[in-house]
Amino acid sequence: MVPLSWYIVLSAVMFSIGVFGFLARRNLLIIFISIELMLNSVNISLVAFSHYLQSMRGQILVFFVITVAAAEAAIGLAILIAYYKNNPTIKVDEINLLKG
Amino acid sequence: MEMETTISLLDMRLLVPELTLICVGLILMLLDLVVRKKELIAAVGIAGTIVALYGTYKLFGFYGPQTAFAGMFVVDGYSNFFKLIFYLNIILTICISLKYMAIEKASHGEYYALIMFSTAGMMIMASAADLIILYLGLELMALSTYILAGFMRKQPRSNEAAIKYFFLGAFSSAFLLYGISLTYGLTGTTNLKGIAEALGALSIMDNPIAYLGLIFIIVAFGFKIALVPFHMWAPDVYEGSPTSITAFMSVGPKAAGFAVLGRVLFDAFAGMQVQWSAILIPIAVITMATGSLIALAQTNIKRMLAYSSIAHAGYMLLGIITGTHDGLTSTINYLMIYLFMNIGAFAIVIMLRSEGFQGENLEDYMGLSKSHPLASALMLIFMFSLAGIPPTAGFVGKFYIFLEAINAGYVYLAIIAVVFSAISAFFYLRVVMYMYMKDPVKEVTLTNSPSMSVALAVTAMMVLICGIFPSILLNLVKLSILG
Repeated sequence: MVPLSWYIVLSAVMFSIGVFGFLARRNLLIIFISIELMLNSVNISLVAFSHYLQSMRGQILVFFVITVAAAEAAIGLAILIAYYKNNPTIKVDEINLLKG
Repeated sequence: MEMETTISLLDMRLLVPELTLICVGLILMLLDLVVRKKELIAAVGIAGTIVALYGTYKLFGFYGPQTAFAGMFVVDGYSNFFKLIFYLNIILTICISLKYMAIEKASHGEYYALIMFSTAGMMIMASAADLIILYLGLELMALSTYILAGFMRKQPRSNEAAIKYFFLGAFSSAFLLYGISLTYGLTGTTNLKGIAEALGALSIMDNPIAYLGLIFIIVAFGFKIALVPFHMWAPDVYEGSPTSITAFMSVGPKAAGFAVLGRVLFDAFAGMQVQWSAILIPIAVITMATGSLIALAQTNIKRMLAYSSIAHAGYMLLGIITGTHDGLTSTINYLMIYLFMNIGAFAIVIMLRSEGFQGENLEDYMGLSKSHPLASALMLIFMFSLAGIPPTAGFVGKFYIFLEAINAGYVYLAIIAVVFSAISAFFYLRVVMYMYMKDPVKEVTLTNSPSMSVALAVTAMMVLICGIFPSILLNLVKLSILG
């Protein structure tokens, strides 16, 4: 059987890759995918904990996270399209109307 | 091991206020299809909010504090007081947005519906006694607010505000989830009381995982209530969003964030008070410093109020840091006062916006007292209150927070807060100075409406009443939290 710590390390590594992608990449879509990666890394650790603890709460939370992530994707892409109609760019460095 | 639990239909009655708001939101969306007059939609929204308020009052009056859904959802004085803040926030926001959204040509029925959904999310957060419910309430609030921030979809500034808010908000909720998963893995439960018991029973206070989970949760809520160094989004989002939504966001999600922070830290992590105070103290100090100092350099009043809101979050954090119920009381008292003075100030900012005139620069306030003495006098009251000058409510709020900080032994924190409060008086009083001591450079016409007058009258009156008779509000807060 695969020990719990492997799953936790995998989840931590995936989460870190997501955080790095969020901070370092300059394309809004890649940043969006990085956020999804972070959410899914949490799902892995929740399911692993849930199995290890023999408790259902973690798996229930995973279902909620998946659902909310779908809603979040819908709203995020809608906002992105509304933005793109006015300023055709998805490069973060060019989104600089508001500053000071 | 899981507890055997049954959930009966009767549990639904505790959800009545939240369900009322969600139903009202759905009705408003349908009504928008058949009704042309937005005033009617707004009136239905306000009426629905009052029904929900009555529901909250009746629930508490009949049953007292109680839990539902196997201890996941709690209705007590603490959550009810926050719900009162949220109801007032909806009503005042709708009052100040009616005319404004028409000027911005973004007057759609969904605007009012989304305010209802967002507030239902905040109320679920305030009542959450379980990390799962807390997460769902947070997302309901946040997803609705992202849309509201970008509601003027023809305007690039609003689009940009929504993008920045969305990405940083989603980033922070991933942190919250990671914190939840670590806490769950360590304690085996997501129930706040259960977490406290597990942490106490295992005597794992020095466990790095507990520490890490705590830090992740604090970081996530630091984003929501705009604590430095997680505040980068706030000035941009506050500037670009519709001004009425800026007023809504600077009170609602912030209050909801504090409600959750108070409950999670005081209930679940009560045994780690020393640790979380140690994390929050430096955050509070740099939050007050950054908010007060950067606001000095702003020329856009919405941006200035954004930094002011960051600084105020720092003051409010002092009450939490004390770790006592009296400290928490002072924070909640301050949140209620902040609701009135901040929405009042934004109402004046909205009044300056008219067809073809933005009215967001500080220069636009020059000589306002000559042409519009009443509006200037109201702005003076709100600015004095935000700066914390007696006899306004802002002074009382700050006074209790600093007093509780001193009572809890954090004298140096109180001194730092007073210093930054004095510095912040500069940029609040600069607005007053511009209004009263400068000559007008251009003709400013104010956009008034009956609902706006009501909102201004209520906020100004409450700022003065809470300032002159501070015990009324404070006793109400104490009653709801302690008894």
